[in-house]
Amino acid sequence: MFEIIKPGTKIDFMKRKWIGFLFSGIVMLIGIISLVVHGGPIYGIDFAGGTLVQVKFSQPVAIDAIRGALQDGELEGASVQGFEAEGKGEYLIRLQASSADLEGLSTTIKAALAKRFDEKSFEVRRVEMVGPKVGKDLRSKAIWATVIAMAMMLIYISFRFDFRFAVGAVVAICHDVIVTIGVLSLLNIEFSILILAALLTIVGYSINDTIVVYDRIRENLPKMRREPFEKMLNVTVNETLSRTILTGMSTLMVLIVLFFMGGGVIHDFTLTLIVGIIFGTYSSVYIASATVLVWENKFPKKKR
Amino acid sequence: MTRSLQWRFLLILAVLIGAAIFLYPTFVKELPSWWPKFFPQDKIHLGLDLQGGMHLTFEVEADKAVESSVEGIKNDLGNNLKKENIFYTYLDRVQGNKIEVVLLNPDVKARFDSYLKEQYPSWKEATSQREGDRVKVLLEMDSRQIAEIKKSAIDQALETIRNRVDQFGVAEPDISRQGENMILIQLPGIKDPERAKELIGKTAILEFKLVDEEYDPSRALAGNIPFGDVILYQRVEDPKTGAVHKVPYVIKDKTLMTGDALKDARVKLDQNNRPFVGLSLHPAGARLFEQVTTENTGKRLAIILDNNIYSAPVIRQPISGGEAIIEGRFSMEEARDLAIVLRAGSLPAPIKILEERTVGPSLGQDSINKGIKATIIGGLLVIIAMILYYRMAGFVANIALILNIFLLLAIMAMLPAVLPTTVALTLPGIAGIALTLGMAVDANVLIYERIREEMRLGKPPGAALAAGYSRAFLTIMDSNVTTVIAALVLLQFGTGPIKGFAITLTIGIAVSMFTAIVVTRFIFDVVLNNFRIKRWSI
Repeated sequence: MFEIIKPGTKIDFMKRKWIGFLFSGIVMLIGIISLVVHGGPIYGIDFAGGTLVQVKFSQPVAIDAIRGALQDGELEGASVQGFEAEGKGEYLIRLQASSADLEGLSTTIKAALAKRFDEKSFEVRRVEMVGPKVGKDLRSKAIWATVIAMAMMLIYISFRFDFRFAVGAVVAICHDVIVTIGVLSLLNIEFSILILAALLTIVGYSINDTIVVYDRIRENLPKMRREPFEKMLNVTVNETLSRTILTGMSTLMVLIVLFFMGGGVIHDFTLTLIVGIIFGTYSSVYIASATVLVWENKFPKKKR
Repeated sequence: MTRSLQWRFLLILAVLIGAAIFLYPTFVKELPSWWPKFFPQDKIHLGLDLQGGMHLTFEVEADKAVESSVEGIKNDLGNNLKKENIFYTYLDRVQGNKIEVVLLNPDVKARFDSYLKEQYPSWKEATSQREGDRVKVLLEMDSRQIAEIKKSAIDQALETIRNRVDQFGVAEPDISRQGENMILIQLPGIKDPERAKELIGKTAILEFKLVDEEYDPSRALAGNIPFGDVILYQRVEDPKTGAVHKVPYVIKDKTLMTGDALKDARVKLDQNNRPFVGLSLHPAGARLFEQVTTENTGKRLAIILDNNIYSAPVIRQPISGGEAIIEGRFSMEEARDLAIVLRAGSLPAPIKILEERTVGPSLGQDSINKGIKATIIGGLLVIIAMILYYRMAGFVANIALILNIFLLLAIMAMLPAVLPTTVALTLPGIAGIALTLGMAVDANVLIYERIREEMRLGKPPGAALAAGYSRAFLTIMDSNVTTVIAALVLLQFGTGPIKGFAITLTIGIAVSMFTAIVVTRFIFDVVLNNFRIKRWSI
């Protein structure tokens, strides 16, 4: 039998809970500092409004040449970026939503490029234009979606388990979301709708992981009634450890392949999922159960 | 086989055959001719990000429709008040959709009040104040009436856009209303997005007005615009350099005829093979046109679309017969598009683009290729890992895994026929499939880890199997519900690509529960029944 975690493994997670809390605290703090320094998440055009044009040149060209062409076409403030994740010769051109006339912008960009480069040497592959009003709309919708999704999951947990478990789950998912947003901020990744979808998936995945552990706790509680709560938690986390790691690894494996081969459009999306699933797996082992323990020590449940 | 095994075998077989039938149309080029008689022929719908196409959100500026309606009522009211000898010194539309009228004296005001109540029941006095002898009254429209105008403006805009898109010729366009005043348009596989945008977004208000030839445009441009005139421009393109310049005209603001008079508009060619748009008019329109051309013979008549002058020919003689033409150095495409918008009619209010997402066909194909390649490689890695870790049982899990993708795709092909909303496979959707692969393993892992534990406790294979499945079942349920909750919320909220992700994730979870609980259990039970095994290879 091939085993990652040998049966009877007894890692004392609960005793080391403060190490976990400290580590998570530091990671979250770094993320929050990065967010403050950057002045909040960097919103992509989905939420901030603006225009994004993906252009493919048959031969790679200098970014400065593209920028120059745009400037000659009176498109000041256009940012040009190589888009290597999608392939060679691919570039992203972005424009802020400040101009009221977004409608003709993609045409203007095309015309400006055609003046400098041969018309056959490039191809506009993608145009995304979001008006400022739509962006604002999406932002509030996104916040609602996140709040509703989290609330529904918590209601489900409180209903299936105990309230103290819900507390642990809340702490764990807040941890995962804060850490992931922090990492996105550190890596200068734009916050788009796709990223939001990734975050909600992470929340679902992390709770999924946490529930598997909680399920075991529920099963072990009556069996180990005489043992201290802390020991019972330790046994449980150890028992579920191989499943947690195995599932996490197989999911990560697929995501890593997707990250390297799935193309530029979903590059940031898969990266977010990878970060979130690493921390989600970690938090369901360390943070979720440890929080239940701290809560139990502070507010012991009378009848157990 | 025992009875229970037989039943399960039949269930699995039925599911597999059903799935194969639904998937068949997606993977073959041409269906046999008898196929549609018995079986569905829907393919898996591809999202715009995979097949290429344009997604547009327009806002109908319904307030403008209200304003132009109020403008008409104001003119009408002015004429009627004159007829009724209800004297006023001032009448105009103010604050967008209100009317201000200054009446001669309180007596007139009393007559005005009763007249208004009788003839304009949807109008009410908002404020009134005495200014010496005169009475200034502010009128406002009933809010229900305003809502009604807005609603009908949006309905009409939707209808007009449908007409235009139909005539433009796009396969399977999707045009629907969103929220209060937005229109969502999806045009899959469109080749010339800019042209389509132009065509859809045109308000297309056609007007015929006279050119005021007594005035020199340059004098008018200096600020000397005669009363009742406006300056409008004609765009002229130099055929050699392609440079565009605008020629100003002084135009009498009175509209002689509008696009309402049109019956049809067609592209025609002149003797030099240059395209122009030929208009034919309704009988009533034809009479009006004849009258206009008779009264104004020798003058120049400007043909104006959305405040741009297309041409301003001299009326040589009265035109009867109800035919007119618009010339203007068109390309064939421009002439065709102009004919389409004229036929489909004008929009009741201007529309504004709020959101545009266009994906070129080459990027879509790239995305499909990359997504499929990544999913296959990711899947192979998982399959290898499962065999390494669980050996024979891993092999069983892999059967479940492959079935998973098969069933997931079958449901994707089936759903568009069942659900009213568009269910399409998108690039994030492919990522969702890949992600479900990873997560589908979870159900098997939970079960197998349980079986291992039960075996360690010394249970025989049959008991270990039963205990493993029954204990893991609740955990699998509980843990999947939360992911489904996240996916369902995304489904409500997201745009196209995200919906695709939420859909594949949800289906993937449902399918993985079926394969992990029913299919693998069936295989283990068959093995248990037919071989005397002492230990599971797990």
